[in-house]
Amino acid sequence: MPDTILVPPDHTAPAVFTRAQLEWLPWLEPLAVDAMTERHVASLVDAARIKSPYFRLLARDPDALEARTRTDKDIFYNADGGLPRAERELAAAATSRFNGCIYCASVHARHAAVYSKREADVQRLLDDGVTAELGERWNAIVAASVALSATPITFGPEHVDRLRRAGLDDLAIADVIHAAAFFNWANRLMLSLGEPAAAEG
Amino acid sequence: MPRTDADVIDTLVGIVPGSPLDAIRARRPEARSQAQATYRALFEPDEPRDMTGAERFAVGAFIAGLHGDRETAAFYAEHLAAAGATVTVCKAVDAAIAEAAARGPYGHYPGGPLTRENADGPTYRPSASTRGALGPRLAAAFEHVHLLVFHPRDAQPAALQALLDAGWSTTAVVTLSQITAFLSFQVRVLAGLRTLAGRT
Repeated sequence: MPDTILVPPDHTAPAVFTRAQLEWLPWLEPLAVDAMTERHVASLVDAARIKSPYFRLLARDPDALEARTRTDKDIFYNADGGLPRAERELAAAATSRFNGCIYCASVHARHAAVYSKREADVQRLLDDGVTAELGERWNAIVAASVALSATPITFGPEHVDRLRRAGLDDLAIADVIHAAAFFNWANRLMLSLGEPAAAEG
Repeated sequence: MPRTDADVIDTLVGIVPGSPLDAIRARRPEARSQAQATYRALFEPDEPRDMTGAERFAVGAFIAGLHGDRETAAFYAEHLAAAGATVTVCKAVDAAIAEAAARGPYGHYPGGPLTRENADGPTYRPSASTRGALGPRLAAAFEHVHLLVFHPRDAQPAALQALLDAGWSTTAVVTLSQITAFLSFQVRVLAGLRTLAGRT
């Protein structure tokens, strides 16, 4: 029998960008837990991700999922200098806001707010979009993320120079580049393989 | 198919050992090696399963071309030819890039206050001659790739149904989606690092 798409159950679609916890409902059949091989399970990297329909769907191509996940973790969690975690999350949230990924923006705006303790600024990014006034250092990071996310890409020497003037060294600038680039990867999977839903209750 | 042992990002940026960007990439060693591992998994997999090598590189060349990155598009086009694609298919990829040019991201939001940010833009349907040269399976893939590259927030389940109808399995759709999403990452890392290299 040919494969078919999934029809998500009745749910409330979020109508605004939010820092609230959202669910994600797949449009294609994730692997069933009891049908997963050792290779599928290993590709999740974090065992707890077996609960996630998103990761069980991506596990259908386990080599791609595992490499994706390990790339993600080093870009965001590697604490050897460079950009503070809060600002890597800011680049992720700004990219997601610009591309229109409500689910990704919710997760990474939450992280950006927690690590920076600047909830009001993060919320302004969600409410007003990528032209929100967030202070020069954050404005420079958001502008660089947006220019890198445009297709064709509009990121240029002026963005590097502005980030330097805002106090970023070249490793930190490379972190902005990688965080924004990575969310151009993540946004496209999240937006095209399923949809967000407001959490129950 | 020849294996690409050299790091693709280093090669396409022109990063040489001992350079400032080599030192910067060395500080994020897993990001560097696993981006390369993703390239291998998606373009030179141990088992191609239900997406051929030529299909993978055709999509890769199309995506890089949509971003206006000629050098990266040429890299994937060379691998497409090496994977045994006919001249007809190689030319159809170039024709598709020219037909499908747009500026993104655009698209629509669910009903509510965000609809004031709705932005219209083109939906790509290959010309009859391009469709004929690509074949129905690859033509369906290119339509989906264009959606993901330029207006991913317009994605709906019907777009996935169109791929299934064109003979793509669920697992192959996951691989196609990963190729599109990964290339969207790779061309941005390339653009960013090339720019940074020019200012170092």
